[in-house]
Formats: sequence, structure tokens, C-alpha cells
Amino acid sequence: MSDIRYDELIPNNVDLSSDKRLQRALEKWQPAFLDWWMQMGPEGFQGSDVYLRTAISTAPGGWANFGYVKMPEYRWGIFLSDPEKDRTIGFGDNTGKPVWQEVPGEYRNILQRIIVTQADTEPASVEQQRHLGQTAPSIGDLRNLFQVNVEEGRHLWAMVYLLHAHFGRDGRDNADELLARRSGDADKPRILDAFNQPCPDWLTFFCFTTFTDRDGKYQLAALAESGFDPLSRTCKFMLTEEAHHLSVGEQGIMRVLQRAVELEKTSPNGDVRAAGGIDIATVQKYINYWFSYSLDLFGSEISSNAADYFAAGLKGRYREAELWSDHVALEGFHALDVVRDGKSVVDQVPLRNAMNELLRAEYRKDCERVVKRWNRALEDAGSHVQVSLPDTRFFRRQGIYAGSHFDPKGNLISAAEFAAGADTWLPTESDRAYVGSLMKPVLEPGKMANWIAAPARGIDGKPVEYEYVRL
Amino acid sequence: MGDYKPTRIGSFETHPSRYRHWNLDVTGAVATLTLCIQEENGLRPDDYPLKLNSYDIGVDIELFDAVQRLPFEHPQVRAVVVTSGLPRIFCAGANIKMLATSEHGFKVNFCKYTNETRLGIEESGRHAGITWVAALNGTASGGGYELALACDEIYLIEDGSSAVSLPEVPLLGVLPGTGGLTRLVDKRKVRRDVADVFCTKAEGFRTRDALKMRLIDGGFPRSKWEAGIAEVVQKAVAKHPARATPGIEWSALTIQVSENHRAYKYVDLRLQPEQRTATIVLRAPTEAPATTEQALHANGVNQWCLQAFRELDDALLHLRFNHDQIGLILLETEGDPAQVLAHDAALQGLLGKNGLADQIHLVQSRVLRRLDNTARSLFAIIKPGSCFVGSLFEIALAADRSYMLADDETFIQVTAASKGLYPMTHGPSRLNVRFAGEPGQAEKVSSLGEPISGEDAFDLGLVTLAPDDIDWEDEVRIAIEERASLSPDALTGMEQNLRFVGNETCDTKIFGRLSAWQNWIFQRPNAVGEQGALTLYGHPERPRFDWHRT
Repeated sequence: MSDIRYDELIPNNVDLSSDKRLQRALEKWQPAFLDWWMQMGPEGFQGSDVYLRTAISTAPGGWANFGYVKMPEYRWGIFLSDPEKDRTIGFGDNTGKPVWQEVPGEYRNILQRIIVTQADTEPASVEQQRHLGQTAPSIGDLRNLFQVNVEEGRHLWAMVYLLHAHFGRDGRDNADELLARRSGDADKPRILDAFNQPCPDWLTFFCFTTFTDRDGKYQLAALAESGFDPLSRTCKFMLTEEAHHLSVGEQGIMRVLQRAVELEKTSPNGDVRAAGGIDIATVQKYINYWFSYSLDLFGSEISSNAADYFAAGLKGRYREAELWSDHVALEGFHALDVVRDGKSVVDQVPLRNAMNELLRAEYRKDCERVVKRWNRALEDAGSHVQVSLPDTRFFRRQGIYAGSHFDPKGNLISAAEFAAGADTWLPTESDRAYVGSLMKPVLEPGKMANWIAAPARGIDGKPVEYEYVRL
Repeated sequence: MGDYKPTRIGSFETHPSRYRHWNLDVTGAVATLTLCIQEENGLRPDDYPLKLNSYDIGVDIELFDAVQRLPFEHPQVRAVVVTSGLPRIFCAGANIKMLATSEHGFKVNFCKYTNETRLGIEESGRHAGITWVAALNGTASGGGYELALACDEIYLIEDGSSAVSLPEVPLLGVLPGTGGLTRLVDKRKVRRDVADVFCTKAEGFRTRDALKMRLIDGGFPRSKWEAGIAEVVQKAVAKHPARATPGIEWSALTIQVSENHRAYKYVDLRLQPEQRTATIVLRAPTEAPATTEQALHANGVNQWCLQAFRELDDALLHLRFNHDQIGLILLETEGDPAQVLAHDAALQGLLGKNGLADQIHLVQSRVLRRLDNTARSLFAIIKPGSCFVGSLFEIALAADRSYMLADDETFIQVTAASKGLYPMTHGPSRLNVRFAGEPGQAEKVSSLGEPISGEDAFDLGLVTLAPDDIDWEDEVRIAIEERASLSPDALTGMEQNLRFVGNETCDTKIFGRLSAWQNWIFQRPNAVGEQGALTLYGHPERPRFDWHRT
């Protein structure tokens, strides 16, 4: 094993070359990861040179080194953001005590569960998106897809590092399991539902990266507050990359909307579909679907697990230090709409039990900002139509609203009313078939598929028509 | 916190058509019990929703009904599959909020009842030719896994997330008290250190590891689940010979309820709340017994040997759950001893030959064990007009003390019924337990074959005291008053320790060891104090323990 030059193969700032235990663990895991990547990673293009960004250090700019690389040769690194001196636990029952550098025994199981659940989403999305390369609307989009994919792969590495470094044999077993589960597989599904949904087209991909990856951002942000310092530092570093994924989604949807407006103007009777575009109403349905699915990822509105995580100092609130003054959160309540006896009423939930809901609220605000930017783009393009987010109670599969029905405005309705409205609120089979029918690859540099507008600018200062993937 | 609510149970009887939480399907030789708990239909719906297939006593009353009813109504059934109707969850065990808000006495009785139901499942596995298969199509935690442990075989779906677990110790600061700890090591013979790891790991183990640790018997991936379980069930069915006996309808008891009185056909339960006593009178039959298989089936559920014992069972359950201030139960019988003996003889004549007769005998045995396990003082009062003979003498033997009037018209009679036909929960007959220190005495008294007077009964050691008519009133009155004045806790502990003479079994460890520890923990601040783990479960605060060990 001494033949392997770890630091070259695996860029890291965790002193990998002198950590025998970690080397032994990763030595076994790394080939399994590559097998998984070849089997479940992007289909095709594994031999192509892709203009990718690689993180090689935590110095400013160190996370963004651009160059051509074949994906299987990507240097998936392990980085923790730089340690903060004398950092103390920022919330919960242990507020003010020094952060943990090693896993406290009493929290071992729940910490591991948190990490495994987060980690499982990383390879899951790569699996969900593996066929999309075949139908990329432009070579820049193709490159963006791969960038997202390799970085999800790196996030998996980051989480696996924590499992290997801090959770012993159990951690290694769990790391192996991460490569054994498969998105959408009936027998070995990924842990969370949204990560078992198919991602068959680029509109879905853009929605997924806008909404589902944004859940990731908020989960990472809450874990960045953790009193378990290695987890906190890992998540902080991941957040930088996650931000890029979100912009891929946001820009993607924006370009679809811009193109819809263009086609509406040029098409003789304003029929976007007749002109081969995706109409705004269809985009709205996809927004409804993916926003709702992503809300489910935050967990139940009233959660004793969430209270435990907070109490223990393992998972905090979004920007705990800046946005909150009472970090113990044992007093106070959160007002929550609940359904009781067929009516919507307000309940007061103890603050700690409402931690999932608080994070979900921050997420919602962030999504609203995105929608605002989309609407501004629509307005700039000359459209009177706007898009919007559905109510957080609409179309929920998990949590306290799962058994009831709401319309996108949040009105409590009957199952029959929901069934009657579903086709106007959510993508129908024929919507999906239509969007699917548009998915034809356009790989000539500078060209765009008909249903999407060109991006305002290229990547890393390169022009839009740059050859981002050498086929 | 510390705000306990009383739970009253209107009826211990139900019917599959009225089940709220279980669905019973019978197809050929296979019965399927599907658990699909209605969240909002717990016994105290304002205090707790039954989330994630978690149960309260109402759910278990239905299960017990199914366990008891099945062999009577569907004797052809040779395998029972227990599974869940909810996605991804089999059963999360007893509802925590229910436990946290229930009075101590109720919790104790709830656990005991669920334990008795689990024993009923095991008994029908052992003696009724039915194999129980737990088909865990989702996570089984706590009492959910304990239910599975009571089954003969356990299979867990392999879906990457479903697990079996006993999280009581790490999450709630209490024990898996419905047989969990005991069955792990005594029944499934899981190595004790492996069991230790399992019982302290809140999230438990998934199929691969659970199988290695012998926590389950097998697993199937989701896509092969149905087929896999179907094959298991076919093998289970093939273990037992087919039965063609026709079923009988298990109809509800008719009970007249008034204040301080429950009147059944063969049983009367009268409460004397002022004295903290209750009297149960069990009457002899007046009609002739069924001596042929045809007659046995024709008489069905209403024949004395079944109905009288069912009525006694119902009376005991009401006393346990709804009358916790009654400390002493006076057990009496009434009627023609010859009729009791005739009915005993008729039933015994059909045992081993007729499935229905065997099932009736199992019910009788179970009810007598329920009596043994009832945490109230039991005095048998044997006086003129009584019929403590044969199977009914078991009731006197179950009592902590027996008082028999010494006169010319009061007799008891010991028959073959006391020679092991109705074993106690730990195996031996009540007579052998009684005469553990007098070898040969049990054999001697059960071979007498004739009525025994009070004086002789006393000399033979069959009764505690046999006063004559001059002393009778006072002796009995004083004994009752004295008993009713003693500490109920001390009495419960004393009686439990004196009743079960002899070796321990898995069952007695559950009732005598596991339950006793659980009941102690249920009283301790680390579980139920203001900062106890059970109290705070689901609340924003984390528990704080008193670290002193006893």
C-alpha cells in the first residue's frame, strides 16, 4: 500500500498519507467506488475529456481548478474547511462546551444515521441522472451535468471519509452499503423517496438541481453548525460546491422560461408546444411536483428526532449564530397549521420539536427568491405570465399533511377535489411524454436545443461555444 | 409530565367484523393477520395518536380475540401469517405517549395482558398445530419485534432500511418488557453478549446482520417478498396434518352489568368496594354433558366447560383493569358436584381424539393460568352447596389460601384433572406445586377417588384451614379483614414469589423476572420522573439520569 501516492491520487487536507487506518479503509473502498462509477455513473462519455473543476485545496480559489479530465480519472478529494480555533458548541444542551473532535459515544448512533442519510443522497442523484448525457440540450449543459455528477461523487467521498475516520467497522460497513443501494431499485432503494424518483429529462434535472439539491444546501448548512467538528468542517466545504449545482438548476429553468416566451411571440398563434418549446404551464407543474417532493426531505413537521439532534448539539438551525439569540431553544413555540377533525387549525409546537419546520421555512424563503428571479426574467422577456411556488402543504407524501389534501394555494380540499385538480397542478403522463419527446442531443459547440435559450455566459470565462466536452 | 390518565376498558370482547386495527383473512389452511392501526382510534384518542402501527391495549384485545377465535372457527388453519398493511413499517410497539400518560397499575396490567396474548400465540404454535410466521414487511421495533419473537418463525424484508430493534433501553430508559429480553436469549438462544449489543442499539439491525445474530430466520428482497413468504407458509402448513373438523362459531358472551355486579350465565362477579374485596362465584352445569363428538360440536361455544371458563376469564380481566382497588378475590363455586365431574369426564374422554375438545381444554388451562397470574390475593371459600371438584378444584388450588367448612355436607374431590391436565405456567400441576415438599402426596390425594370432608382435606394438606360451624364466620371474616389491611405492593410481591414453586421457564422468567424489573423501572425517576427518559420521549428536553446504581 505504500506504493500508492495518496496525496496525488486523492487531494486532501486530512493528512491522508500518514493515516494508516484511513488508508486501509479507503484502499478497499476506492476500487469499489470506481466500479460503482463505471456501472452507475454517467452513461457514455467516460472516455471523453471534460472541462471540469477540481478542488485541490481549501485556500481561496483552491476549490476551483479548471482543466480537461476524463471523469474516471477525476481526483475526488477529501477536504474539510479550515479549523476554527477554540470553536465551541453553538446550540442545544451542550452550548458553550468545546466542540468534539472525536465522536461522543452517546451520540455515535444518531450521528452515524445523520451522516449516512446525507451521504446516501450523493450517489443517488448521480444514478438518477445517469442517462441525461444522451439528451443534453448543449455541450455546456452536458459539461454542467458532469460537473454536478463528479461533485456529488466528491461529496460522497467526504461523507465516506467521516464514516471511515470516525465510526470504525460500523462506519466501513455503512460506507460499503452506500455503494450497494440503487436509486429506484425495488429491493435496494435509496433511503429518501425523492432520490428514488426517476430523472428522465432535463426539465426534471433542472427542477431537481433547483429544489432537491437546495434541500441539500439547507441540510448541509444545519450540519455545518454541528458540535461534531469534522462534520461541521466537511459540510462547510461542501456548501461551496452545492451552490454551483443550484445555479445550474436555476439558470436551466430560467432559460426554458425565456425560450417559452420567445417561441410564444414567434409562433403564429402563440402556441409554445406547436413551436417545439416547453410552455410555462408545464414548467409550473414540474415546479409544483419537485418543490413538494423536496419539502418532504426535511422530515416531519413535529419531530422528536429533530429535537434530539438539536438538544445534543449535532444539527442546528440555519445560520444559528447570526439568526437566533436563544441557542438553547427550550422555551418558546412554533405556530404550526395542523389538520384536526377535517379542519385546519393552529397548534403551538415546542420549538425544539419544530426544528425541521424551521429549516423548511428557510428553504422556502430561498426558493421564493429563486422564483422571483425567474419572474423577473419572464418580465424582462415580455411575458405577463408568472410562475409561483405551491403552498408547503400541497402534495405532501411525508409529515403531518401527508394524509390530507390541499390545493396549490394551501386550501384544505377533499380527495375528490384533489383528484379533479391533479392534472392541472402536476405533470400528467402526456406532459411527461411531451417533454420526453423534445429530448434530443445537441452537441455541436455553441448550438442549443430548440426548447431552451442560450445561457448569458459561458463557464470559467470561456465563451458559450467553447468545446466543454471533447467527444 | 406526571399527568396520568385513567384508562377504562368497556369490553374485552370483539369480533373480526369490528376489528379496527387488524384484518383477519382466512384462505384454506392459512390465516393472515394484517396490522393496519388506525391512528385516531386508540382507547384515549385525545391523549395519543397510534402512529407507525404502534399499539395500545385496544389493539391487543383484537389480537387476543383472533388468537383465541381462530382454532374454534377455522380449525383447518395450520399457519398464521402476521404482517403489516402500512408501507415500510411493521409495528413500532406499544405507543410511547400512551405509556407515558398511563397510570402505573394500568401499565403493569397492559404489559401482563400483552404477555399473555404472546403466550397464547406460542401455545397455539406448540399445542394447536398452528405455525405462526412473522412476515416483517417493514421495521419491527420494540413491542413490534416482541410480537415477532412470539411467532415460530421471523422473516424480514430486505430493502436497505427495514430493521428489527429493541430500542427501549437506549431511547426510553425502560425494558422490552413484553418478553423481549427473555425470548432473545431463552427462546431464540441469541448469545448473551450479542443480545446486549442488540438491545442497546436503538436502530437495530437489518436483514443481513439480523440473520447472522439469529434475530430472524430469513429475509427476502422486496421483489421476491411475496413469493418467499408464500413458500415459507406452504412449508409451515406442511408441518401439521390436515384437519377436517368443522368449526364452531365463537360468539360473544352475554353479560348483565349493574353497579358492583357482573352477571354471566355460570359466573357472578360481585364487588364489595368498601371491603376492597370481590366475590367470584362459578356455578356447576345443570344440563348433561356432550359425550360424543357430534354433541360436542352441536353444543358449540355455549357448553359449560368452555363458557364457564370464558366467563371467569372476562371477570378476571375486568377486575384487573377496571377495579384496581379490589385487593382480595373470594373464589366460590355453587352447584351439583356430580355434574362437574360428568362434564369433566366427557371432555377428558374426547381429548386427543377431537380437535374441539382439545381446544376447549387449552382455553380452560389458559384461564386457570390467568388466575395464577392475577396480582390480587385469592381466597377459596369452600362451603355447603359448593362444587370444588375435578377441574373446579384447580381454582381452589390456585388460591393463596383456602377455607373449608368442616361439616357433613361440604366436600371437595380431587380427580385426574389435577394430575397434570392443567399445568401451571411453569409446567407442573398445581397439586405437585402444592406438595413439592411431600413426595407421593399429590399421587395419593388424586387417587382417592371420593369426596373429601373438610377435616380430611385439612389433614391431607388440601386446604389451609377447616373451621367448624362455630368458628367459621369469625375465622373467615378476620382472615379477609386482615388480608385487606396489608400493603398491596408487599402482597403482590409475596404472592408472586410463593405461587410458582419449582423451576423457572421462559414464561415464568417473563412474568416473574422481566415484568418485575420492568414494573420497578416504571416507578423509578430515570424512567418516569420529570426528567426521566420515558417522560421526556418526544419532548424537546433530553433526559437526565440519577447515576447511582442500586
